[in-house]
Amino acid sequence: MSIDKDTARRVAHLARIEVAEEALEPLAASLSKILDFMEELNEVDIDGVEPMTSVTPMELKRRVDEVTDGNIQDKILANAPDAREGFFAVPKVVE
Amino acid sequence: MDLSKLTIADARDALRAGDYTATELTQAYVDAVEGSDALNAYSTKTPEKALEMAAAADKRLAAGDAPDMCGIPLGIKDLFCTEGVQTQAASHILDGFKPQYESTVTTNLWNAGAVMLGKLNMDEFAMGSSNETSYYGPAISPWRRGNDDTALTPGGSSGGSAAAVSADLCLAATGTDTGGSIRQPAAFTGIVGVKPTYGRVSRWGIVAFASSLDQAGPMTKTVRDSAIMLKTMCSHDPKDSTSADIPVPDFEAALTGDIRGKKIGIPKEYRMDGMPAEIEALWHEGAEKLKAAGAEIVDISLPHTKYALPAYYVIAPAEASSNLSRYDGVKYGHRAKLKPGEGITEMYERTRAEGFGPEVQRRVMIGAYVLSAGFYDAYYLRAQKVRTLIRQDFEKVFADGIDQILTPATPSAAFGIGEMADADPIKMYLNDVFTVTVNLAGLPGVSVPAGVDHQGLPLGLQLIGQPWGEADMLNTAYALEQASSFTAKPVKWW
Repeated sequence: MSIDKDTARRVAHLARIEVAEEALEPLAASLSKILDFMEELNEVDIDGVEPMTSVTPMELKRRVDEVTDGNIQDKILANAPDAREGFFAVPKVVE
Repeated sequence: MDLSKLTIADARDALRAGDYTATELTQAYVDAVEGSDALNAYSTKTPEKALEMAAAADKRLAAGDAPDMCGIPLGIKDLFCTEGVQTQAASHILDGFKPQYESTVTTNLWNAGAVMLGKLNMDEFAMGSSNETSYYGPAISPWRRGNDDTALTPGGSSGGSAAAVSADLCLAATGTDTGGSIRQPAAFTGIVGVKPTYGRVSRWGIVAFASSLDQAGPMTKTVRDSAIMLKTMCSHDPKDSTSADIPVPDFEAALTGDIRGKKIGIPKEYRMDGMPAEIEALWHEGAEKLKAAGAEIVDISLPHTKYALPAYYVIAPAEASSNLSRYDGVKYGHRAKLKPGEGITEMYERTRAEGFGPEVQRRVMIGAYVLSAGFYDAYYLRAQKVRTLIRQDFEKVFADGIDQILTPATPSAAFGIGEMADADPIKMYLNDVFTVTVNLAGLPGVSVPAGVDHQGLPLGLQLIGQPWGEADMLNTAYALEQASSFTAKPVKWW
């Protein structure tokens, strides 16, 4: 399975990573090489095998759905690159 | 005091006996760290905090309330959130991030009176095997090839931890292991590194890479030290839903060195083409030593071993692409500057392009691809099924009565910084070939220093244990350590 330039552009956008037009070809080549490596998995007979979804068999604990903390607005915003009036500030989203 | 010979066990006893104070011990390490910049092991130094914590430890020691780790100076991998202390996962995208909370593992260590010397260098977001993907620049191994002054890698991703422990810049360090990130650097630097069973140690407050594979563990000079530190790191944590609510054994008490009658499996699939003869010989000698100690050596088969790396490189990037989506320039860290007319999508995309290094970008994109519509079944679902088969391989041999499995820890000794620069990424990924199966199966593993190669560089052997079988696994590691009597130390040049 090989990735072409257009697929590389689409994957970069899916991952929300800006890639310059001239960097797309090398990116496609590099991703293709890794995908080729993954092709080995096609040799394995996986008929009737369940996917592994839990690492150690355990039942997830239940707990009461209640508020256990809060009033930490300052802490939440402490590391924000731009925080104003108690909110995260971002560029205008809606015109 | 001679830091080069000191262990946690020795320091614990000496502190309790009053031979020296935690403050004196901490000051000795603060001084050692101060003179260690050539190794680039510490990304953040916290000498004042260390001395405050040492003073508090001295009070507890004086009051006779001193747990094992009380007054023990530690280095903490930059992946652990430490309240008010810079935590960046060695990434530009987390520039200046100061967590408002403390990880559960470090909370457990501080509650036991341990002392933080600072934060340790690592590969960016723990993605790498040589510490070269770090935004801080690579940590350098204290080890050298004889008189050759080529800078060598301490391994990765916990490279700063490995360099710091082997260069006596802390008594022990925390590491994390997603595909081998504790065991490979431990092997490269002649120290002991433990990856516990998945769920043994809380992941809360540790910057997430691949959540179904990540597990924190100790990196120490001896097996006994690992046993002591691991016990303190473990706890059931309601804040990590995968944290196991089972009792934590006294790992140190399990170290009897008596392994008579234990069955040690030697998996034939780990005998790789092109494996250096030295590694093969080390492995064979390790088995002979365990046999001489009374264990039974059994040839076993783990038939899906060769598919572990490709399965890992589907699953880990898939989980990473999801975990790393939180770095968007809004909540913390770096935010890219925008040009007039640009909006929030450009902000996300440029922030992540500027903030993530090339290896992290590559893995996030691979992850996005294998999870995307049309490819999910072909890659991700298939890899998860192969993962089931890899776990079943282990379940079968354990059901047949195998207690532990002995393998090499790495396919080579440490390589030079930059020596893999022109190799394709897959070649670097091969560093994890012997360790990655353990993460996929959720098992405990330990790397034990077992010898040196022809250049005088350390080599390690790995023991793989049964689920929740850390105590028994560490006891076998202890027997191997006793029989190997590894005493080599790097000659100080920094």
